Amino acid sequence: MDELFVKAYVDESEKEHIARPNLTALQDGWLRLKKNKAAVVCLFTLIAIGLLAILAPEFSRYSYKETNYDIIYQIPSMEHFFGTDQFGRDLWVRTWMGTRISLLIAFVAALLDLTLGVTYGAVSALAGGKVDAVMQRIIEVLVGIPHLIIVILLMMVMPAGIWTIVVALSITGWVNMARLVRGSILKLKNQEFVLAARVLGTSTAGIIWKHLIPNTVGVIVINAMFTIPSAIFTEAFLSFIGIGMQEPKASLGVLINNGYQVLRNFPHVLIFPAIVIVLIMVCFSILGDGLRDALDPRMRK
Amino acid sequence: MIKYICKRLVYLALTLWVIVTATFFLMKKLPGSPFDSERFNMMSAQQQQAILEQYGLNESVPRQYVKYMGNILHGDFGTSFTYTGQKVSTVIGGRIGPSALIGLQAVLIGLAVGLTLGIIAAWRHNSGIDYFTMIVAVLGVSVPNFVAAALLQYYVALKWGILPVGFWTDWKCSVLPSIALSFSATAMIARFIRTEMLEVLEQDYIVTAKAKGLSPMKVLIRHAVRNSIIPVVTILGPIVVNLLTGSLAVENIYTIPGIGSLFVDSIKANDYSTIMGITIFYSAFYIFVVLIVDIAYSLIDPRIRLAAGKEG
Repeated sequence: MDELFVKAYVDESEKEHIARPNLTALQDGWLRLKKNKAAVVCLFTLIAIGLLAILAPEFSRYSYKETNYDIIYQIPSMEHFFGTDQFGRDLWVRTWMGTRISLLIAFVAALLDLTLGVTYGAVSALAGGKVDAVMQRIIEVLVGIPHLIIVILLMMVMPAGIWTIVVALSITGWVNMARLVRGSILKLKNQEFVLAARVLGTSTAGIIWKHLIPNTVGVIVINAMFTIPSAIFTEAFLSFIGIGMQEPKASLGVLINNGYQVLRNFPHVLIFPAIVIVLIMVCFSILGDGLRDALDPRMRK
Repeated sequence: MIKYICKRLVYLALTLWVIVTATFFLMKKLPGSPFDSERFNMMSAQQQQAILEQYGLNESVPRQYVKYMGNILHGDFGTSFTYTGQKVSTVIGGRIGPSALIGLQAVLIGLAVGLTLGIIAAWRHNSGIDYFTMIVAVLGVSVPNFVAAALLQYYVALKWGILPVGFWTDWKCSVLPSIALSFSATAMIARFIRTEMLEVLEQDYIVTAKAKGLSPMKVLIRHAVRNSIIPVVTILGPIVVNLLTGSLAVENIYTIPGIGSLFVDSIKANDYSTIMGITIFYSAFYIFVVLIVDIAYSLIDPRIRLAAGKEG
């Protein structure tokens, strides 16, 4: 019987052979994101909007606050791509200037509440015990507060301007991030690979930086992707009800508010900033969904 | 269960206290006073003193705080600065009607349209209706409510003249604002129910139901819809938040005498006591809704155990 079974030959070196190139989590995510057509289109749209916001005001003959009373409320033309407003200001420049400010506010606010939220969440999860309990009780109290109302109150107290909005948004925005980060670190810190790292003698700082943070990057990036559009919305909303950015500064909210005042006779003043803000929001939301599918390991098939 | 509710009530009280305190001190930091107008400055020092005394503004801040907290516990939010002699609670009370009406109508529209779209989209996965629903879902949360409201007003009311532009005379006036307010709710519900139902449709009991010969309609209504509708309760919290913030802009655009427009007007007029009153009202409303949603959810779906689901 024995001769019927021949021992298969296995090359010892084959066992250690790595069939596929070694990918980091981010490279892996990028590969999957590329397959999602809608997300890629949105990514490039956002890049285009970003470039326009940075470059368009610089390469235009007009400035965002330069008034010219001979050419008020002009409809779009080759001279003024988006027309002009009630002071004869060029809306092409103002729209992209407004986009620049809106994006700036959104990114800085997202970055700030990301830093605050990640730190709070990580400290809470890693400290554990009493510290964690106290920190969680604080979060449970804060999470019940409707953010926008507190943002409005803060806006009233502080002087109007970009940084006020950034501060108001980040004071209220970090709670969610902190919860998510704590949740995912709590899950990670008891897993075998962390234990293995500890057994191999990795320092606590090493474990945090090399194992815990990289594994929560997905959660952080996804949450930031949803924070940015909500910050853009909040800024526009505040400016629209009249307590955000002030004229002559342009933000998308200021422009939409302006356009709304003259909507009846000059709809073009509202339409362009409205299209830009909707595009930004749509793209961030689709890209956010795409990133969640790409980065969240549980979504893997 | 009772222990859980008690715990939640304690948090509720704490959260409210934080909000009231934060609001009070922020208001005190506010630049300018509600009486900074020319007429006030022309008064004699004695008259000014008398007015400040009448509104309790002459005492030290900590004493005002203690007094204010005491009054709130008795349901007294002070006197409005702009609506002379009226209690804040009366002013707010008089404005609840219109806000509640358009809010409720918006929720109903959102539920009706959102559920229909979401269910059909999941049932006919990857069909035209499915794509349409996804577009509605993305646009509904992406188009800022004030832009949607402004455009609706421009086209439906101004250009086509179907419905009133604004004001608050009869029921017709509430239709457009309700629709404008319902967009985000519609989008969130449609998207949620679609995802939920796609999952349910893959469950074994659906296969069983089909295998035992139920008609597709019966499978859909008796098994799929019933099981996917319950979790919709969980997104009522975010929906209510969207409605509250939406109402600030929508009520202003359609000049509706509701709480949202009262809030924005008070902000512009530096009317401290009204701002504080509305802040507390909004927050309390929101917190209660979230609490009720959590409790209702555990009652509807026996699979959920409140004590276990701490993260909820």
